[in-house]
Amino acid sequence: MSKRIDVKDLNVYYGDFLAVEGVNINIDPKSVTAFIGPSGCGKSTFLRTLNRMHEVLPGARVKGEVLLDGEDLYGPGVDPVTVRSQIGMVFQRPNPFPTMSIRDNVLAGVKLNNKRISRSDADDLVEKSLTGANLWKEVKDRLDKPGSGLSGGQQQRLCIARAIAVAPQVILMDEPCSALDPISTLAIEDLIEELKNEYTVVIVTHNMQQAARVSDKTAFFNIAGTGKPGKLIEYSDTAVIFSNPREKATEDYVSGRFG
Amino acid sequence: MPQLTTTTPPAPAPVKRSTLTKNQLPGWAMWAVLAGSLILGAALSSLIGFHIATWALFSALIYVAAGYFVTLSVEGARKAKDRFATNLVYAAFIVALLPLVSVIVTVLAKGIPGLTPHLLYYSMNGMTGTVDNETVANGTPVIGGVYHGIVGTLLITTWATIISVPIGLLTAVYLVEYSKGGTLARAITFFVDVMTGIPSIVAGLFAAAFFGLVFGPGTRTGFVAAVALSVLMIPVVVRSTEEMLKIVPNELREASYALGVRKWRTILKVVVPTAISGIASGVTLAIARVIGETAPLLVTAGFVNSINWNVFGGWMATLPTFIYRQLMNPTSPTNTDPSAQRAWAAALILIIFVMLLNLVARLIARIFAPKSGR
Repeated sequence: MSKRIDVKDLNVYYGDFLAVEGVNINIDPKSVTAFIGPSGCGKSTFLRTLNRMHEVLPGARVKGEVLLDGEDLYGPGVDPVTVRSQIGMVFQRPNPFPTMSIRDNVLAGVKLNNKRISRSDADDLVEKSLTGANLWKEVKDRLDKPGSGLSGGQQQRLCIARAIAVAPQVILMDEPCSALDPISTLAIEDLIEELKNEYTVVIVTHNMQQAARVSDKTAFFNIAGTGKPGKLIEYSDTAVIFSNPREKATEDYVSGRFG
Repeated sequence: MPQLTTTTPPAPAPVKRSTLTKNQLPGWAMWAVLAGSLILGAALSSLIGFHIATWALFSALIYVAAGYFVTLSVEGARKAKDRFATNLVYAAFIVALLPLVSVIVTVLAKGIPGLTPHLLYYSMNGMTGTVDNETVANGTPVIGGVYHGIVGTLLITTWATIISVPIGLLTAVYLVEYSKGGTLARAITFFVDVMTGIPSIVAGLFAAAFFGLVFGPGTRTGFVAAVALSVLMIPVVVRSTEEMLKIVPNELREASYALGVRKWRTILKVVVPTAISGIASGVTLAIARVIGETAPLLVTAGFVNSINWNVFGGWMATLPTFIYRQLMNPTSPTNTDPSAQRAWAAALILIIFVMLLNLVARLIARIFAPKSGR
């Protein structure tokens, strides 16, 4: 249940503005890839192009190819909805649906698409997804309570459970821990480590220690200045990026001598 | 010795007054000013012939002025301005409240005597001036009621709601979810704003003229009235729904898209349910807004004395037109009291309807609001 992603010469535009330029990257299945870089360098924008979520914003478009196991996500006739059901996403701020219970939140991907599911299958799916998100023990007695009553870290894990309930091939995470305290962050990081066994995980983070802890490979994005496009500067094994980067800019950034 | 005073704990309260409370008016000062103002106001008022209104007016003016100068003399200019502004705000609040309280008291006082079971369960069918004359002559209770008006008001308002809510809801969904701020969206917003300010009689004339063109002149039914009312209702529904949809966080839409949910399903199952409490209470308030309309109903639904359950055929009475007719053309031109009593009772019923609708709006908002319990 995981696929590889290959990006070829990808440019991302907002209207006429070139936000990210010339990205080439190969992401292996069942691995964790971290995107790091200063604010505004386009790493979140690029992440969102991987499941066509950036199109939600008006005027956003791309040039280039994103291949999911060799199939172009931006090929003619590709439905973004199909893409998104294969490539799930977890957002910066936990966003459980406030009108739904914990159980319904996990089942949201199924129920919102009006797929029929038997009661016992639904129970199994809820337990499996919540267990997968390390949340089952904490919420199993209050599945019918609203999801918004959970703590921030629990809500984020609920969102991860919701994302894996639709059985995606790839999970994208856009700074999933930036709104969380260190303990919740640790729980999410442990979870990412486990998710790796089944899914391809791509994570954007501002926390370099986090990138070093959880990822197999790291991509460093940078921006030459305001109004200039963001670029992928270096992409390599995490150990290389943090100990012996090829580029000067990467070394400056990871060692904190940026700017 | 400043060091000593800062390091030693404060000594037991000295006999002399604390320096921190100097230049402060004691708590009873303003009550004293108020009492003085009331007495002075009464005196001034009796100079020009005592009346409770002039008494209140003079007392209030004196109180505001005296409060300012008393505070100025003791507490200083800043506090005095503060007192002045506070008093002005309270005065404005009371002035704003007066008409409301007065209306409610008047309607209650004049409406409750007429609120008999007979009024609620009978129409005006067969009521003539002779009946009212006999009622007055014999001193018997007033007969004849507003049943036909209640039926008409409820039916016409229900139909107006059935017409306006889908149109208004879908317009708002288009504006918030689908439009990209283009010409069409701006045109819709502009015309919705214009429609919000449309005089209700114009809406009535529109509906009357439209149905007159299609079904022949003089077509007056409950449905025509419902169309006229929906012209008034739609902009209110659009506006309130639009505002409610706008405050649904974008993150929820994105969360839904990221699960591979289509846009229309996202709107139907995530956006609208999240905003439903606000939408429902907005719709309820829109209903409350049109339920008391009189002018458009006069030109579209006509007026009858008998019960008509069919909105698509025949003239129909409503509470507002009933009140209007009872006051303007009393059933008995010589003995108008029974008609006035019926009119006030009908007015009370109308106010009760509006109040109930407001309560329902609050209830809906509470029931549908996203739960946050643990």
